[in-house]
Amino acid sequence: MSTATMTAPTEKKSHPLALKAGLLLVGIHIFMGLLTLVWLPYDPTAMAGGRLEGPSLLHWLGTDRLGRDLFTQMMIGSRIALIVGIGAVAIGAVIGVTLGLLAAFASKWLDDALAATLDILIAFPTLLIAMLVVAASDTANLWSAIIALGIALSAIVARLTRILAKRVLVMDYITAARTSGSGWPKIVAIHILPNIWPTLSVNFALQFGLAVIAEASLSYLGLGAPPPNASWGRILQEAQGTVYTAPLGAIAPGIALVSLAIGVNLLADGLRDTIDPTRRAR
Amino acid sequence: MNTLSTGRSAGGFAFPAPLLSAGQSARNPTILAYTIRRTLILIASLFIAAIVLFVLLRLLPGDPANALLGVGATEQQIAAARAQVGSDQPLHVQFVSFIGNLARLDLGTSFVSRASVLGEIGNRMSVTLPLTFFGFVVALVLAIPLGILAAVRSNKWYGAAISVISQLGIAIPVFWVGILLVTLFSINLRWLPSGGFPLKGWANFGEAITGMILPSLTIGLVMGASLLRYVRAATLDVLGSDFLRTARALGASFPEALIRHGVRNGAVPVISILGIELASTFLGAVVIERVFSLPGLGSMLLLAIQQRDYPNVQGVLFISTLLVLLIGFAADIAQRLIDPRLRGRGRAFA
Amino acid sequence: MTVLLSLENLSVHAGSKALVSNLSFSLNRGERLGLIGESGSGKSLTSLAATGLLPAGLSSSGSAILAGKQVIGASDRELNQLRGTAVAIVFQEPLTALDPLMRVGKQVAEPLARRAQRDGTPLSGAALDKAVLALLDEVALPEPQRMATSYPHELSGGQRQRIAIAMALACKPDLLIADEPTTALDVTTQAEILGLLDRLVRTRNMALLFISHDLPVVANTVERVVVLRQGETVETGDVAEVFGNPRHDYTKSLLAAARRLDDAMEGRA
Repeated sequence: MSTATMTAPTEKKSHPLALKAGLLLVGIHIFMGLLTLVWLPYDPTAMAGGRLEGPSLLHWLGTDRLGRDLFTQMMIGSRIALIVGIGAVAIGAVIGVTLGLLAAFASKWLDDALAATLDILIAFPTLLIAMLVVAASDTANLWSAIIALGIALSAIVARLTRILAKRVLVMDYITAARTSGSGWPKIVAIHILPNIWPTLSVNFALQFGLAVIAEASLSYLGLGAPPPNASWGRILQEAQGTVYTAPLGAIAPGIALVSLAIGVNLLADGLRDTIDPTRRAR
Repeated sequence: MNTLSTGRSAGGFAFPAPLLSAGQSARNPTILAYTIRRTLILIASLFIAAIVLFVLLRLLPGDPANALLGVGATEQQIAAARAQVGSDQPLHVQFVSFIGNLARLDLGTSFVSRASVLGEIGNRMSVTLPLTFFGFVVALVLAIPLGILAAVRSNKWYGAAISVISQLGIAIPVFWVGILLVTLFSINLRWLPSGGFPLKGWANFGEAITGMILPSLTIGLVMGASLLRYVRAATLDVLGSDFLRTARALGASFPEALIRHGVRNGAVPVISILGIELASTFLGAVVIERVFSLPGLGSMLLLAIQQRDYPNVQGVLFISTLLVLLIGFAADIAQRLIDPRLRGRGRAFA
Repeated sequence: MTVLLSLENLSVHAGSKALVSNLSFSLNRGERLGLIGESGSGKSLTSLAATGLLPAGLSSSGSAILAGKQVIGASDRELNQLRGTAVAIVFQEPLTALDPLMRVGKQVAEPLARRAQRDGTPLSGAALDKAVLALLDEVALPEPQRMATSYPHELSGGQRQRIAIAMALACKPDLLIADEPTTALDVTTQAEILGLLDRLVRTRNMALLFISHDLPVVANTVERVVVLRQGETVETGDVAEVFGNPRHDYTKSLLAAARRLDDAMEGRA
C-alpha cells in the first residue's frame, strides 16, 4: 500500500507526552464510536434541520446538504473507522501470519517462491484492486472494503512474519525445544509467536491508520456506503461541492481522519519504546 | 552501519531490500546476470498479475456480456453478446486468449464507447503520467533539503519541527490536502483553477500547466512528507558513520567529507525507497483526479467500473500493475548499479 | 618541536556526567604511550578529544596541545590542518571505518593527495597511483594493483585494517593514534598487524598513542602506559614498572585477570 507499513521509523525515543496524546486521540474516537451504539443526537438519515446550516447549539457541527446533522454523522464515522481499522488489520493479521509462518517453515525452494510472490503482491496497486472489488459487490460495501484492504495488508504482514519467524527459527532455544521433543505447533505457540508478536503489533498499529485512510479514499471516490453507515470519506465526498458555503463538512472529517491516524501512530511509537527500550535516543 | 538488505539502520529504519536479496546465497551474480534474472521475475510477476486480474473479473457477479445488453434482450442477442465477449467459452480457453491478448497488448475495445482501450489509456496517460512526474519532483524538492536539515539540526527547534510535521504526511489523506488547497487557492484566493484540464490537452499548453499546479503540489506535499523521514534517517546514519569520522581524522574538512563520502552513502538507502515512493505517487495521482476533475486513468477506471465496462477496467488495472512492476524493476537494477556490495564478486582475496 | 601531544587536566563531559576527568600526559616524537582501560574507561574519547573529533553532545575542557596548537576550543578549520598532517588515527572497526562505496585505492589516495598538496608538491594521475601502490606494498598487502581496485567488503578484516593503516601513513603523521586497532581481528591477524605497526612506527620515527584493553598487546608495543578507570588516571609509568610492580589495586586486578587467562592458556598448551 504505502511506504509507511513497510518500515518503522524509530526516530527518537518518543516523548512520554506523545504516548498520552496518542491515547487521548484514539480514546476520543473509541468513546464516540461506542457511544453511537447506544445513543445518537439525531437520526443520521433524517433531515434534522435546514440545509447546510452552520454550527449552532442545536447542531454542533451544523448540517449537510440534505439537512442531516453533521455531528451525528461524524460520531458514526468514528465507529465505522474503528470497525474498518480493526477489521482490516485482523483479516490481514490472520491471513498474513499464517502465510508467513508457512513460508518460514517451508523448504528453501518453496520459501523463495513464496517470498517472490509476496513481493509481487505487495507491489500491486492495491487501492485500484480494492476499488474494483468494492464497486463490484453492490451490497455491504463496507465489508467488501474491509476484506479487500485486509487481503492487501496480509501480504505485508506475511512478509514481515516470514522474516521474523525465520530469525527465531535459527535460535538455539528452538533446537533445544526440538531435541526435548516439542512438536512444531507447540513451538510456534510458545516460542515463535510470543517473540515476533511485539514487532508485529507495532506494524498492526501503523496499518490501522493506513486502512482507515484507504477506506476514506474509497468512500471519497464514491465507492463507500451511504448513511447511516457513512464513513468520514463519504462525508467529504458529499461536502466537496459545497465547500465554500459550508466548509465544516470538508474540514471536520479530515481533522477526524488525521487525529485518529496520528493518535494511532503515536501509540505505535509508544509501543515500540516499550518493546525495545534499548533504542538509541537521537 | 549497513542500511541495505538486512535493513536495520542506526536511524532505526528498515529500508526495503531489493527483490530477492534477503536470504540470497553469498555468490552474488554480475549485473548482467541479475538483469536477466530480474527480467524473468518481472515477466513472472506480470503473469501472476494477469491471473489475479482474470480471477477477479470472473469472480464478479454477472456475466460480462450483460454489460453489452440492454433490458429485455432476446436469447439470440444474449448468445451473440456472449460470443463477442468470449464468455461462452470454457474458462481455460478464455484464460489462454486473455493471456495471449495481454502479451500482444491487445486490450480490446470499450463496451461503451467502442474505442480502443489502449488508445483511451494512452490519452489518459497524458494526464496521469505528467502529474505523477511533477508530483514526484515536488516531493523530492521538498524532502531532500528539509530532510537533511531536520537531521543536521535535529537538536534545534526547527529541525525537530520539520520532523514532527513530516509525521503528519503519513497520517493525512492526500485527497483532503487537495480539498484544502483548492479551498485556499481557488475558492478563497482565486489564484488557480479549481480543477479541470483543457479539452485539447497539452496542445493548450498554458491551461494544461496551470491545471497541473495544484494537483502536483498536493501530491508533492504528502509524498514529500513521507520521503522526508527517509532522507532524515539516511542523513542521521551518515552523520554518525565511522567512515565520515575516518575521513575527518585524516584531514578532510566536514563539508569535504560529507560531499566525498556522505552523499553517495546517504543516497543508497533513499534510492531504494524511491521506487516505492514513485509507485505510491502514481496511485496517489489516480485518487487525486477526483478532487481536481482531471481526465486521467483514475477517472477512467471509476467510470468503467460504474458502467461495467470490463475491457476498460481490465485495461487500466493491467497497465497500472505493469507500470508499478516496471518501476520496481528499475529501482532494483538501479540499486544494484549504485551499491557495489550488492553486485559483489564476493571475497576477492583469500 | 618534540612534544607532539600534551594533555593537561583534560576532561570530557556528557552534560553533567564526566566521562574523562583530569587526564594529563605528554608524548614526544618517537615515543610510544599506551592508554589502558576497560570499556567505558574513556580511553577512546581521549583520542577523539585530543583531535577535536568528539561527537555532538560531548564537550571537553582543560588543555590538549597537539603539535603546538591548543585543540580545546579550536575551530574545525584550524584542526583540519593538524589532522592528516601532524596526526592520523587508525580506528577499531575496519569494516565501518572505510567508505563501503569507494575502492580502497581511491580511499588511500585521498589523504595522500591532501598531504602532498599541503606540502606544496601536489600529486595526481600516474604519480599518485604509483604512490598509492607503494603504500599498499609498505603495509604488506598482496597484489597491490588488484587490491587498489577492490571494495572494502571484498577484503578480509586484516586486509581492511592494513588499508586503514596505509591511509593513516599516507598523511605522513608525526603522531599516530591507534585506537584498539586489533581488537576486531582474530589472534593470528592481530599479531601480524601489531608487527606491522611496530615496524612502521620505528622506521618512520613516529610517536605512537596506542589505546587498548588488551594488556599483553600493550606491553609488547609501548614503552610507557597510563591506566584509566572510569575516566580517571589510576597509574602511569614505564611498562616494566607498572606491569612488574603495580601500585594501585585496580592495576593489580587487571594484571591478575590477564595472568589468570595466560595461566589457563598455558595449562592447556
